[in-house]
Amino acid sequence: MEVRLERLSKHFGSVVAVDDLTLHIKSGEFVALLGPSGCGKTTTLLMLAGIYRPTGGEIWFGDRLVNDVLPKDRNIGMVFQSYALYPHMTVFENITFPLKLKKVPKEVMREKAQRVADMMQIGHLMDRRPAQLSGGQQQRVALARALVKEPDILLFDEPLSNLDAKLRLTMRGEIKRLQHDLDITSIYVTHDQVEAMTMADRIAVLRDGRLQAFATPDELYNRPRNLFVAGFIGSPPMNFLNARLTAQNGQAIVEGNGFRITLPEDLGRKALSQAQREEVIYGIRPEHIRLDPDGEVEAEIYVIEPLGREDLLDCRLPDGTLLGVLVPSGHGVKIGEKVRLKFQLDHSQLFDPHTEQSLLWN
Amino acid sequence: MAQQTVVAERAALQVEPSWRARLRAITTPAFFIGPALLLILIFFFIPVILTILISLTDMSVATISDINFVGLKNYERIWRSRTTMKILKNTFIYVGFTLTLFNVGMALILSLITTHIPERVGTTFRTFWLLPRITPSVIYAIMWTWFTADAPYGIVNQFLSPFGITPKNWLNAQPWLVVIAANGFVGTSFGMIIFTSAIHAIPVDYLRAALVDGASTLQRIRYVILPMIRWPILFVVTYQTLSLLASFEYILLLTDGGPGFYTTEVWSLYAYHRALSNYFGNVQFGFGAALAAILVIIGVIASVVYLRVFRFSEMVAEPKIEVL
Ligand SMILES: Nc1ncnc2c1ncn2[C@@H]1O[C@H](COP(=O)(O)OP(=O)(O)OP(=O)(O)O)[C@@H](O)[C@H]1O
Ligand SMILES: [Mg+2]
Repeated sequence: MEVRLERLSKHFGSVVAVDDLTLHIKSGEFVALLGPSGCGKTTTLLMLAGIYRPTGGEIWFGDRLVNDVLPKDRNIGMVFQSYALYPHMTVFENITFPLKLKKVPKEVMREKAQRVADMMQIGHLMDRRPAQLSGGQQQRVALARALVKEPDILLFDEPLSNLDAKLRLTMRGEIKRLQHDLDITSIYVTHDQVEAMTMADRIAVLRDGRLQAFATPDELYNRPRNLFVAGFIGSPPMNFLNARLTAQNGQAIVEGNGFRITLPEDLGRKALSQAQREEVIYGIRPEHIRLDPDGEVEAEIYVIEPLGREDLLDCRLPDGTLLGVLVPSGHGVKIGEKVRLKFQLDHSQLFDPHTEQSLLWN
Repeated sequence: MAQQTVVAERAALQVEPSWRARLRAITTPAFFIGPALLLILIFFFIPVILTILISLTDMSVATISDINFVGLKNYERIWRSRTTMKILKNTFIYVGFTLTLFNVGMALILSLITTHIPERVGTTFRTFWLLPRITPSVIYAIMWTWFTADAPYGIVNQFLSPFGITPKNWLNAQPWLVVIAANGFVGTSFGMIIFTSAIHAIPVDYLRAALVDGASTLQRIRYVILPMIRWPILFVVTYQTLSLLASFEYILLLTDGGPGFYTTEVWSLYAYHRALSNYFGNVQFGFGAALAAILVIIGVIASVVYLRVFRFSEMVAEPKIEVL
């Protein structure tokens, strides 16, 4: 089922929770709604579910305008962060609840419930109550309840945030595989960018109710269109340095406190043609900087954070700015040591400090 | 191998608790439960025991200087009296109808309605419904006698006469109707407040899940809301049964057990009449105490039945904390 949001907005009194949101989601696509707390993800999802009525705009399921369609007539499955399993019902009763409401015959109900329960590997828990299940098992029951009615659209509201790190990883894989196999259009709310990056076909990044970007994980990571997206996507986050962009001898030079680099030709040309002023924000990811005696930037090691396979070095530039640098462990440097850093210049990002738009990707 | 290690570790951890720890295991709970136990002891058990003791005597105004122990004679008298059946039936009518129609039924309906309409309207409505409860009983009862008075005074008659119903004194014509309604309109507010807050306390995700699962409003009430407020419902049913069994002030003020011979006389009113306000001035403390003792027994039986019917043990989960 194709889903289209057209200029959707939702106000709560004077609070604008969702503002002029337009999204076209393809049939069978897995889309993540990503953004910091309070940016309107849940509100958007509840409008899709039919629980909130939009203040403005339209929601289309295929060629059906559903603004005024009741939740029960939308044929959606939803998984909540709290799981929302009815505590007074057994697992079997929970899973079959949507079917019971539709007055599906008993045998059909039992058969369908058994099928999804086996798929979710909870077939042996049918007689338990939610309180007698672990968090991971509850999560599976919630998924089974969403799937049992063979929904056209699946909605997830931060379904993994109450699980431990390892289980989250497992469930992440399982949900993705399940969605792929069943080919159900899915909208997945999360504030965890790793979750969004690993699971989604496309990610819609929201901030204060406004859409910041809607693109594939690869594009968000490599070609962020604005400062917010660049800073929000990627972990550890991108480094930003205040700098000046000038053309010298036909080359684009970025110059800041304690560093001076020459941009690769294609990036430089794009940046120069887009730039409105000399001031720019130069962005570079920690994984695109390395220690190199020939590096163009001098810095002092401030903190070392071992991450296992790699270490995150916080390096202090002469003006006090901290720069995250991700290097393989076994680099041998110590806190307080002076080092030189080399940027992988073809991964440079440039933003206008006033409009916060990228000078490269718009 | 691994299993052995675990067993060994367990054994190593099982240190004999010191007498201090054992003492604390008793004193801590005692400290918390103590005050409540004391109150129950002073204000429930001791009065009950006194009542039962008095019920075994012939204490009355006439015999006050020469009280005799008469064994179960008072109970025998109750058992043999033809009035007893009548009073018992009245009590069932009064408690049963007030409870189901108003204290629980109407309370549920009102709390469901006022939680499904805009918040402010609902709150205002509930506040108005509280007015009778803060009105002094005597004034409230007098207002009902005026409502139901014969033409040309009663408001009820003025409402009903356009429908071709002949005006009458409703308190005389339909004493039960008036007694139950008068009690019910006050009694409803208690359940209404409890149920409303219980409904508000249901996490919103359950209600959303029910909507997404395809429940209509009625289905949502039946399958999600009512099961989730089963405990408050049990509480209100039990509590109100007991307080209705013991309450008689509105009946006293409205009909005083009449009209006629014991038409609306309920058990507690009967006990009151016998023990404290005998028309002939011969107040029979012993007999009244026996009546009261039976009321306590009926109340206890009712509570036990409710706990069974509502499957109380199913509602109470195993404690999550096992050590104190
Ligand atoms: N019922 C409501 N009444 C008033 N304001 C609301 C209501 N629901 C949400 N809001 C506001 O709308 C904004 C968006 O809320 P929403 O719940 O959609 O955020 P979110 O992106 O899901 O955040 P989180 O990641 O914390 O769940 C917030 O500023 C919130 O305070
Ligand atoms: Mg949310």
